[in-house]
Amino acid sequence: MNTPVVVTGLGVVSPNGLGAADYWAATLVGKSGLSRITRFDPSQYPARLAGEIHGFAAEEHLPSRLLPQTDRMTRLALVAADWALADAGVSTAERPAFEMGVITASASGGFEFGQNELRKLWSRGGQYVSAYQSFAWFYAVNSGQISIRHGLKGPSGVVVSDQAGGLDAVAQARRQIRKGTPLIVSGGVDASLCPWGWVAQTAGGRLSTSDEPSRAYLPFDSAARGHVPGEGGAILIMEDLAAARARGARVYGEVAGYGATFDPRPGSGRAPGLRKAIELALADADTGPAAVDLVFADAAALPELDRSEAAALCAVFGARGVPVTAPKTMTGRLYSGAAPLDLATAFLAMREGIIPPTVNVEAAAEHRLDLVTRQTRDAELRTVLVLARGHGGFNSAMVLRSARDTDPPVANERKTHVR
Amino acid sequence: MTARRVAITGIDVLAPGGTGVEAFWSLLSEGRTATRAITFFDPAPFRSRVAAEIDFDPEAHGLSPQEVRRMDRAAQFAVVAARGAVADSGVDLAAHDPHRIGVAIGSAVGATMGLDAEYRVVSDGGRLDLVDHRYAVPHLYDYLVPSSFAAEVAWAVGAEGPCTVVSTGCTSGIDSVGYAVDLIREGSADVMVAGSSDAPISPITMACFDAIKATTPRHDRPERASRPFDGTRNGFVLGEGAAFFVLEEFEHARRRGARIHAEIAGYATRSNAYHMTGLRPDGAEMAEAIRVALDEARMAPTAIDYVNAHGSGTKQNDRHETAAFKRSLGDHAYRTPVSSIKSMVGHSLGAIGSIEIAASVLAMAHNVVPPTANLHTPDPECDLDYVPIVARERRTDAVLTVGSGFGGFQSAMVLARPERGAV
Amino acid sequence: MSGEFTLDDLKRILRAAAGADESVDLDGDIADASFEALGYESLALLETGSRIEQEYGIVLRDDLLTVEETPRGLIDSVNAHLSGAVST
Repeated sequence: MNTPVVVTGLGVVSPNGLGAADYWAATLVGKSGLSRITRFDPSQYPARLAGEIHGFAAEEHLPSRLLPQTDRMTRLALVAADWALADAGVSTAERPAFEMGVITASASGGFEFGQNELRKLWSRGGQYVSAYQSFAWFYAVNSGQISIRHGLKGPSGVVVSDQAGGLDAVAQARRQIRKGTPLIVSGGVDASLCPWGWVAQTAGGRLSTSDEPSRAYLPFDSAARGHVPGEGGAILIMEDLAAARARGARVYGEVAGYGATFDPRPGSGRAPGLRKAIELALADADTGPAAVDLVFADAAALPELDRSEAAALCAVFGARGVPVTAPKTMTGRLYSGAAPLDLATAFLAMREGIIPPTVNVEAAAEHRLDLVTRQTRDAELRTVLVLARGHGGFNSAMVLRSARDTDPPVANERKTHVR
Repeated sequence: MTARRVAITGIDVLAPGGTGVEAFWSLLSEGRTATRAITFFDPAPFRSRVAAEIDFDPEAHGLSPQEVRRMDRAAQFAVVAARGAVADSGVDLAAHDPHRIGVAIGSAVGATMGLDAEYRVVSDGGRLDLVDHRYAVPHLYDYLVPSSFAAEVAWAVGAEGPCTVVSTGCTSGIDSVGYAVDLIREGSADVMVAGSSDAPISPITMACFDAIKATTPRHDRPERASRPFDGTRNGFVLGEGAAFFVLEEFEHARRRGARIHAEIAGYATRSNAYHMTGLRPDGAEMAEAIRVALDEARMAPTAIDYVNAHGSGTKQNDRHETAAFKRSLGDHAYRTPVSSIKSMVGHSLGAIGSIEIAASVLAMAHNVVPPTANLHTPDPECDLDYVPIVARERRTDAVLTVGSGFGGFQSAMVLARPERGAV
Repeated sequence: MSGEFTLDDLKRILRAAAGADESVDLDGDIADASFEALGYESLALLETGSRIEQEYGIVLRDDLLTVEETPRGLIDSVNAHLSGAVST
């Protein structure tokens, strides 16, 4: 019943790199994808920096039939799914359709597509609204389009839990694999860098208003002042370990544990739920804090939220008890795409034995974290914890094990990524 | 280890035609319809001008003025129905470990009404490309990301376990409950407050369904606009609403002496991998979802006493679904009553699946199969027993309810009378 | 807009509304090919019809795009509307 579930393919679309290899190379040298918004003129808005993906030409990757009916988010997700399947060496046409599914996370759907249709509706009239509006903006669109493109007829789904959703989707994929579907395409990609999406994100009051990319998103720093949003994420190919082995797949590692909680209602006086989520994930992975070699932090970069995350980590691991990093300082917060990208980064880090850095940050002493800043750190990484929190109180935690520690162990010879 | 089973111990419904379980059931069992000319805005510019609207007074349902101000209508529905389901179940959630209580909410289109209205404001009626943040409401982020619905419900019921929104288009209402069932079965939660909510009756929704001619243009007699399985059907009628449930692990429910409305015996979802809005006529993927759900329930097709259909009333859907029933249930499809309550309460997108689960449970409780209203003209391609016009008394111990949605999602759930089998 | 709706107009609108299938040459002899063979399904044709209506200021019959199965049929129907619309 609790068959090991492993990741065998990665598709990365990130502000600092397109494709897992480019992204990983950029991440190791601390290359940031944050800059002033170019997609529209941000001058009039309180926040003006974002992690935009540059150089992505959808028409180079996707058939023209798909372009008029897809939001940018869906185009990125479709390409990431193509790359992930190729990386996994999976040919979907040759496999039974009902034995493959797709479960993604979403946060805001195809918001730019929706913006453009709302504009037509209110400026010109309802008859100008596109026939594609009925699905191009909704939260289920990426799962639907990926399923159609690759003929995936198995269990599918979409979860929305703000930034925590990326882990919740992967957990749901693992659940479906354990119920008998050998392969699920999972992860999440979000992109709502359009004026209407920007105004909605601004309304949360959590965006950094800095104009200096290297000073704007500083989680766990005493100068933390909000986050920079980005676009992108990652798609992961998840498989039953036995099925992956049977086809001789290269395995990145195992999704070994997961836990999710929700914070108590404001004013209840009860403790927030992140610590509990971590404990649940460790228990689910049948391991303990001492085994964890690295934590990917949620890294909200708001003083209160940084404090609560640091407190949860100190409670579980002790003060400076485990290396912590936040490579999302190079990409911005990617909403539902953030955690899948962290998972991908974690698998690459485990394989290479390198901890990618948290850039631009000077860790505030009060947090008592061993934050890996400035540059990479070499380390043997066998067990990694990834955290993600969503606005309102969603807490999710996922424990990954390296390929050589999956049970039974698997060969891991196909190294394809640059050092 | 015996498998954990899942009981429905609390229900509440907010549906057009009257809020609450009793009003909902009288509408269905009397075969009345709640579709009417749209009153929320002037529908004259639209091709489809009929909807199933709820006369909803949030404060009368116990929401505070602050809650009303910050929540989209669909979130308000969710909180009201979730509280109602908890009250119906009699469970004292405060006495439980809050980490063992979770929330799963289905919604296809989230805060559509709020987003539509707010866009109009910040864009100055569509005039501004660079919309003006100074006119945005402070809770606009909660409209952007509808996981805010799960947050509101979690706060309302005191859940601190796994909480999320499941958004799979028009199967969201089944899939959210199915998600909750999986969490209880695997042991991640003992109690799940699960259900779904959508409030899509808004100009942008009317316009987008107009554009694909999915909604009916028939508005001469609004009460007769929704005609699933009828030969004259020409599109669905948009609706709104919510239904929520308290789901408990069986032993958990037994120990506290809970009244068990029904068992969720099986659930599955599959994709057609064919088209974002179109359906292949053979219904193979919905049939596969039904087959797997029956398998999970360890039931033969002949055990099904009533099929609660998706029955949206589009030409394509009703044929697709009829084919799927024949394919999955064989000859039994011809002997089993099949009906669509969308004929009465419209199609509330992500909410309707949960509303239909509620209807299925009530059919078992009353041993009455709700009818398909407005079904007067047979369609030769829809040749099953659709229970036209009048509800039917029938011993009902197991119900199959299905959904079909944009994105290609096909979902099926089997509900059973709780006394069935040994526990 | 000029008074006549041509195959080139239709191809331009089809490409914008729905792209073009990689295996189909829209610049070939397509006037009597079925839309289905050209890779356009009902949704693509609905979007195409809507764009024709907007650009030419006409209202096409609800079922026109299911009735007219080829570019030639659609073009003729649009032109019939246009000649009627000239006087209004």
